[in-house]
Amino acid sequence: MRASYDGVVLAAPVTVPYVRYSIRSAHWWLARAFSLLLEKSSLEKCEVDGLTVSSFTLVPDTAIGFTQHIGVSPRWLDHIPLGGASGVVALRRAARAVQAGDAEVVACIAGDTNHVDSFRLTLANFSQFARDAVYPYGAGGPNASFAFLTAYYMRLHGARPEDFGRLCVAQRANALRYPHALFKKPLSLEEYLSARPIAEPLRLFDCVMPCAGAEGFLVLAEDRARAMKLPYVHLLGTIERHNAFSADPVQMRAGWALEREALYGQAGCGPQDMDFVETYDDYPVISLMQIEDLGFCAKGEGAAFVRSRSLTWDGDFPLNTSGGQLSAGQAGAAGGFLGMVEAIRQLTGQAAGRQVRAAKRGLVSGFGMINYDRGLGSGAAILAA
Amino acid sequence: MKLKRKNPVLRTRLPTLPPAARSRVALGLTAAAALGRFELQHCMQCGAVQYPPREACQHCLSIELKWKADAGAGELLAATVLHHSNDLFFRERLPWRLGLIRLESGPTVVAHLHARVPAAPAPVHVTARLDRAGQAVLVALPDKETSDMAEDRQLREFSCDPKLRKVLVTDGKSAVGQALVRALAAAGPELIWVGYAEPWKKFAGFDELKSIPQVTLVPLDITDSKNVRELAAEIGGKVDILVNNAEHHRTFGIGNRHGVETARAEMDVNYFGLLRLAQEFGPAMRSRGADGLASAVAWVNLLSIYALANFPAHGTFSASKAAAQSLAQCLRAEMRPAGVRVINVFPGPIDDEWNQLLLPPKVSPAALAAALVKALREGVEDVYPGDVAQEWLERWRDNPKALEKELSS
Repeated sequence: MRASYDGVVLAAPVTVPYVRYSIRSAHWWLARAFSLLLEKSSLEKCEVDGLTVSSFTLVPDTAIGFTQHIGVSPRWLDHIPLGGASGVVALRRAARAVQAGDAEVVACIAGDTNHVDSFRLTLANFSQFARDAVYPYGAGGPNASFAFLTAYYMRLHGARPEDFGRLCVAQRANALRYPHALFKKPLSLEEYLSARPIAEPLRLFDCVMPCAGAEGFLVLAEDRARAMKLPYVHLLGTIERHNAFSADPVQMRAGWALEREALYGQAGCGPQDMDFVETYDDYPVISLMQIEDLGFCAKGEGAAFVRSRSLTWDGDFPLNTSGGQLSAGQAGAAGGFLGMVEAIRQLTGQAAGRQVRAAKRGLVSGFGMINYDRGLGSGAAILAA
Repeated sequence: MKLKRKNPVLRTRLPTLPPAARSRVALGLTAAAALGRFELQHCMQCGAVQYPPREACQHCLSIELKWKADAGAGELLAATVLHHSNDLFFRERLPWRLGLIRLESGPTVVAHLHARVPAAPAPVHVTARLDRAGQAVLVALPDKETSDMAEDRQLREFSCDPKLRKVLVTDGKSAVGQALVRALAAAGPELIWVGYAEPWKKFAGFDELKSIPQVTLVPLDITDSKNVRELAAEIGGKVDILVNNAEHHRTFGIGNRHGVETARAEMDVNYFGLLRLAQEFGPAMRSRGADGLASAVAWVNLLSIYALANFPAHGTFSASKAAAQSLAQCLRAEMRPAGVRVINVFPGPIDDEWNQLLLPPKVSPAALAAALVKALREGVEDVYPGDVAQEWLERWRDNPKALEKELSS
């Protein structure tokens, strides 16, 4: 039996508003996120004694170098380079540190810059496998990999472009009510279907737009948060699992499928108890995979599931209520924090304009690092008001 | 049939290359592909086959990994057509088709996908080819060969097929040269220039060469700098494939002949001849690396297996070929930015007059020519035609010092 997360909470969801391109470095974005956390919590810099940092473009620095950059002296520090799984994993690390007393207040921040050429450079040097076995094929990066997954998923499970489109369209509706989303125009299913192909069967709106931005939240003891009068949320359960099902020829499932019993067991609730879900959505097919692997429907029925449900913030299955990365933008590693920060907002009543009614529990899922032909990292957390 | 050539008045595109960076361990794929082989890492402990290349076996963690031939049979699981790329080379060539393939040997691989492979699921044959950057990539072909397979737009980016191209063969007087011209002519080039030294002397086979419709005979003596320069000025900007087969071969070592004149003559053709050609024809070919569908693609050197290790009975000839091989490596590096492949052919003893006293097996000029055309079609970088060459290669790869001792005994 795993120890519970009793007594540890999440608070102070912050977002440094995204921009398509930035001439600033990742340090600027991360410093802004840290500063916003202090502002939102009224904490002094020295009171934050734990720090996790996630970023692709912070190179050549890591978390340790960043401490000197912003002049902090934490007694607990972690660098979490897990891309889209960073948010869940940072939370897991931080929560245990706070429970054990290794740190009192941990700032979890993620951010990346996006110069006009940084996406290309990130792709070219993403991983050894990507450099050896994907980038030389012209695809560089995840478009081709997810085109393969999407094509295979469609063939195996009979999903149609409209099903993916339904998800994108609903998320855009959510994004129109999220002030930081980069996409400000409504998206219709016709526009989705008639958009130009990027890597067949992927169309333009299946692909996230790289941008600059940062996200952050605090992990601290419940007593402390209450004393500070900070709105907070509880942590009921978490999982992570990496490089799962490595023998599958194509990725149709990931670590969630192995760990979901552990997740719901620890949280003491089931998928039916979630008031909203924040999936990692760099491509819609991955959201379907999470919906299946996390037990909202059977394997292969993700398309039928989204067809039968209403996915907007006010629907019967609110999904990616701030628009997800597909409509908010993908700010590098901050993309792995977007759902977590939104879930804290939803559960503390701070999601003005898109507030899920009576939101008591939410599920946040992370997925990251397309090392070669598939995403390796996966994780999930269940939060409660 | 002629390919439509670019209007010469218009600007010629500068060559671009696909991404060339690889980890050192991944160069194992390139080393095999350079010889026309498709090899994957095999674990010597547990037998697992893995890709992408790793430093340890992902199953048992053994570091005893060997590159071994893979049959290439596989199933296409999913295909995509790229309409966008961040890479210049591919941006200029979109749309581009890729496949995700499960090999029968185990791994799932990303590969360039031939247009004739039907929609997934479909059987495919995976091979490793060198791309324009000189690095190995995987290419998935239809599982059954078709006659027009080589004309695939994507495949042509990896091959140096003589079909519809313009070829220069530097020496038409030798038996090898004439076999080469015959083999190349059968491969459907637009035309073949055939060089011949001492044009005032009619040589055996002259009339037959002249009767081949694609052939134009051009006086060429690669020991004559002025002659090489003038010919390059005339046709250098049109040559797509240059085959330098001119060689001077005499049989002696050091002790049994006095003076350096013969050795110098060998060097003048075998080494300085290559240098002259490279200096005069190289720049023009480099500038035409991206000149439409019939761009400059390949430079072929006829070297010798003796370039790897000296054969004392033909000692000075061996030395001149070793020098030529070293220079060819330099040429390869200089041609690479243009995507023009330098192919080195390392035959064992050729069945010609200068190897009269050598015991068989010897490679016939026709077999050598066939191997060279095949290498162009498959884009191979190093060619070892014939049984003797293959055996020397294996001995040399196994233990270069042992080969030296064997040759000197």
